[in-house]
Amino acid sequence: MDWKLDNNRPIWPQLSQQLARRIIAGVYPPGSRLPAVRELAAEAGVNPNTMQRALAQLEQEGLARADRTAGRLVTQDFAVLEAARLREAEAVIRDYFEAMSSLGYSRERAVELLKEEFQ
Amino acid sequence: MRDYLIECRELYKSYGLRPALRGVNLDIGPGRIVGLLGPNGSGKTTLIKLLCGLLQPTRGTLAVDGQAIGPYTKSVVSYLPDRMYFADWMKATDLFDLFRDFYADFDYEKAIAMCQSLGVEPRDRLKSMSKGTKEKVQLVLVMARSAKLYLLDEPIAGVDPAARDFILRTILTNYNEEGTVLISTHLISDVEKVLDEAIFLKEGKISLHETVDNIREKEGKSVDALFREIFRAEPMEGGAF
Repeated sequence: MDWKLDNNRPIWPQLSQQLARRIIAGVYPPGSRLPAVRELAAEAGVNPNTMQRALAQLEQEGLARADRTAGRLVTQDFAVLEAARLREAEAVIRDYFEAMSSLGYSRERAVELLKEEFQ
Repeated sequence: MRDYLIECRELYKSYGLRPALRGVNLDIGPGRIVGLLGPNGSGKTTLIKLLCGLLQPTRGTLAVDGQAIGPYTKSVVSYLPDRMYFADWMKATDLFDLFRDFYADFDYEKAIAMCQSLGVEPRDRLKSMSKGTKEKVQLVLVMARSAKLYLLDEPIAGVDPAARDFILRTILTNYNEEGTVLISTHLISDVEKVLDEAIFLKEGKISLHETVDNIREKEGKSVDALFREIFRAEPMEGGAF
């Protein structure tokens, strides 16, 4: 999984969103230890302080928690994971409607086309 | 721990009648990666040379780690100049020996390990190396020290884009965590992601000093895009491109 960072937005929220997606996708499984800040920063090619801020955001959202001995652990609370999954799904749906709208489709037509594609 | 690692007050430097820095006030904290950005001739190299003691200010004061520039600050500053200053008959290992004698914080084993990961053969003579490889050797010399302040003057200018990423990663993974890294460059889009803060230098003055995330948040654009906007080349009076 690559890190994709777009140019016009602050970096840390993009990092924290991509970390959240990795957690949801099971790249970092529930209860496992997240890689160290420096490791993640080097992998993404970003400043360690920026990565630190992204990880703090994950803790805020309850997706990870600091552990005294093991760094940061991914949550095992499935309600929290499920809520995060839903948030991401909603974001994907919003993107879909936005893209369809820029092609000139109404929301209703966009829903219809989606159903047709599904059948 | 003191608040600021670098403190400049009303710093002026002129070369004869030509001013290079015109009243720089600057505070930079420890543990930061800071980009010193500006077009050619804006004073980037002058500021760096003042910080490492190669130049004396015309007016104003500056301190590193609370001390005036002198033997102490030189022992905690690791400087990467914008040009090569070594005799080309030397091998990289000769330079490592030299640095080990000069600087108590130089880690010889780390230098050898960094050479390996950068694909440099440390027993080759400098004259047999390409420009990019020599730059890598210089970077190794600088980053193998455990300094409080790393001053990197155009560290990625001479290498290809793939090597740039690799060099930035080398800087990220090797700088000492309490240390501050000041990187001067005009290749902003390449370094933007690794910076905490950006400083825009314009005609010898600081025109902006802000965190990268704040710039993106406030302006809705990258530091690179903002830079191009601020420093857009204007034709001279009455002239045209």
